Amino acid sequence: MAEVPEPTHRRRSHTSTRDLERYAGLFAERTGVMRSSAMRDLMAITARPEVISLAGGLPDTSTFPPQSFAAQMTRIAQKSAAKALQYGPTEGFEETKDCIVEVMGAEGMLPDPDDVIVTTGGQQAIDLVCKTLIDPGDVVICEAPTYPGAIPTLCSYQADIVQVECDEDGMQVEVLEKLLAELREEGRRPKFIYSVPSFQNPAGVTMSLERRHRLVELARANELLVVEDNPYGLLRYGGEPMPPLYQLDGGDFVIYLGTFSKILSPGIRLGWAVAPPPVMEKIVLGKQAADLCTSTLTQYFVREYFAERRWQRYIDDLVEIYRRRRDTMVEALRTHFPAEATWTEPEGGLFIWATLPDYIDTSDLLAKALRADVAFVPGQAAYIDGRGSHSMRLNFSGVDEDEIREGVRRIGKVIAEQVELYGTLTGEQRTPAPEEQSAPNVLPFRKAGEAG
Amino acid sequence: MKVAVLKGGRSLERGVSLRSGARVEDALERLGHEVLPIDVGPDLVKRLGAEPPEVAFVAMHGVGGEDGTVQELLEILGIPFTGPGAAACARCMDKVQAKDAVEDAGLPTPGWFAFNQTAFREFGAADALGRLEETLGFPLVVKPSRGGSSLGVKFAGSAAEVPQALVSAFSYDDRVLVESFVDGRELAVSILGDEPLPVVEAILLEGDRYDFEARYEIGRTRFACPAELSAEEERAVTEIALSTYRALGCTGFARIDLILGPQGPWLLEANAIPGLTDTSLLPQAAEAAGLSFEQLVERILELALQPAAA
Repeated sequence: MAEVPEPTHRRRSHTSTRDLERYAGLFAERTGVMRSSAMRDLMAITARPEVISLAGGLPDTSTFPPQSFAAQMTRIAQKSAAKALQYGPTEGFEETKDCIVEVMGAEGMLPDPDDVIVTTGGQQAIDLVCKTLIDPGDVVICEAPTYPGAIPTLCSYQADIVQVECDEDGMQVEVLEKLLAELREEGRRPKFIYSVPSFQNPAGVTMSLERRHRLVELARANELLVVEDNPYGLLRYGGEPMPPLYQLDGGDFVIYLGTFSKILSPGIRLGWAVAPPPVMEKIVLGKQAADLCTSTLTQYFVREYFAERRWQRYIDDLVEIYRRRRDTMVEALRTHFPAEATWTEPEGGLFIWATLPDYIDTSDLLAKALRADVAFVPGQAAYIDGRGSHSMRLNFSGVDEDEIREGVRRIGKVIAEQVELYGTLTGEQRTPAPEEQSAPNVLPFRKAGEAG
Repeated sequence: MKVAVLKGGRSLERGVSLRSGARVEDALERLGHEVLPIDVGPDLVKRLGAEPPEVAFVAMHGVGGEDGTVQELLEILGIPFTGPGAAACARCMDKVQAKDAVEDAGLPTPGWFAFNQTAFREFGAADALGRLEETLGFPLVVKPSRGGSSLGVKFAGSAAEVPQALVSAFSYDDRVLVESFVDGRELAVSILGDEPLPVVEAILLEGDRYDFEARYEIGRTRFACPAELSAEEERAVTEIALSTYRALGCTGFARIDLILGPQGPWLLEANAIPGLTDTSLLPQAAEAAGLSFEQLVERILELALQPAAA
């Protein structure tokens, strides 16, 4: 070995010198619900370079022109270096809010910039809403399945999460109504209803217009807050645009969460929340306590980027690329998945949700898939109660078409082995599984392509 | 001393292994050793050749690192290494082999059958599943023969649940074990050299006892060390653990998992390379015996460098 200079850091000596037990008495109660699991360990392996990962939720940032990036950063350095390197207001710069208003305008919304706060990614917006509204034990209603990344946040605030089933038209608002009535009888008032109404993560489904209207009415009638998380609304590859809940409600009972992650870059960590003024006041205090302000440098970047007036064209490019990838994935699923499998065919967003026969546990399937160098997210990650074990989330935005085809082929192969084995074990040949037979504990989606 | 720490690899337990490895490296540095960390991959032999260590600390779990593969290689290269030798590792990793060896030694282990995937695919073994009910009764636990943590371990309360549990277990290995479920207290005895360390008990805080995943989740299981056992119980448990360790040919260290039922202890499995993370059981047991993590690591190295007794 060459001469080793003095070590520049010491690794983890502060934790590894002592055992967990010594700190256990100091941990907050909420850390008890922050879980690590064998499945999470499995997910760690998906980072191997030879693995085709359909598990991520990554936009394809290689599509962003580097010259444009360089030009914007140069302009910032020349014109506003000192300011871009300084702290900024907790709420975010007015200029960033103008860009946000423009993005929301593209979906028909007209927020008051004073109701907007710029956050460190959409994830912080979720965290701040939870911080503002949840006391331990409070009921929060989510979709089933729900965004897997929201679960640890809700858990860390010790929310009592209740999930309402989705179907191909999004959250079943009729079921929600019954649930609200039950909760009312128990004297429990949910703090908010969390929904990703458009191209839902993970299910890929979009809430129907009728249900959107009904949800907004329910919120108003019961004076309940709906938290609308809309990271993908502008990534539509087919069908008619749907009005966001925020637009239908006018912003009285809907807190809106947005992000630049999927339409520009997740690396800049810029998201936002729009909330009624009294709620916003508390959110701002929470944000101040959390990190004082969102990165000024990346806010300057967004400002410069929007000044080029090309942001919508970039989204158009992304839509073209992702539409092809979605089509490729759907085609590959038809070719390689067994007849018993069902999947959603999303009109936008980044994900397809596939459901397998109920004797296949997708966490176990993942172990087998990883040996075939392919990965997906097991459906259980989107439920809090262990359901979803026959489903999987597949991402089609982060890998190219060849990889999508090959990845789905590999998953199809390991599923086929399981199906055959089960047939052998039960003495049945593959059971024909029409949609009625799909697992009772997961989304009862129609088989894509057969949908009426 | 120059110590290579072998960690990571391609096994499904890569994550735990990296944590074990990092913690060991840190302790070795503090002990003043020269550490050569190796995330095990195709260049392993080259790297060991380029910078031959005096001893290799194997901090790998699961297939490849805990099943004798890496150990065989180290034996060929003539590099002393920590933990059990290749043959013992292979026996511990394969639950069927381990149970055979333990039963041959006259030690109690829950009744079981083992199946290969080929038996089902080619020889119609499905028709033999009815025998399970007659011989073992329900409930049953279905496990991949070679697998770590709780991966693929499923509970079957009735005959109807067996095929699905088998499909899950076969996701991890071509051979599975169908075992009688024995209810009781879950105990782990870590053995260092030839010395049993204080017994650890895993106490499930919530959920049901058939939720095997829960045991490995912080917050759902509490560990008591030393376990509250009568002198009689402790003697019986420790004796079976030690006999198992010897029957499997372990050296250096190992962790033996048992169930303490009303009729006494039953052997479940042996772990040739138990986890060494800050939440793992072997370090907890060592600490209860008054050994800091550094002292534990130092002792493990000493054992690796001792001339083989057998």
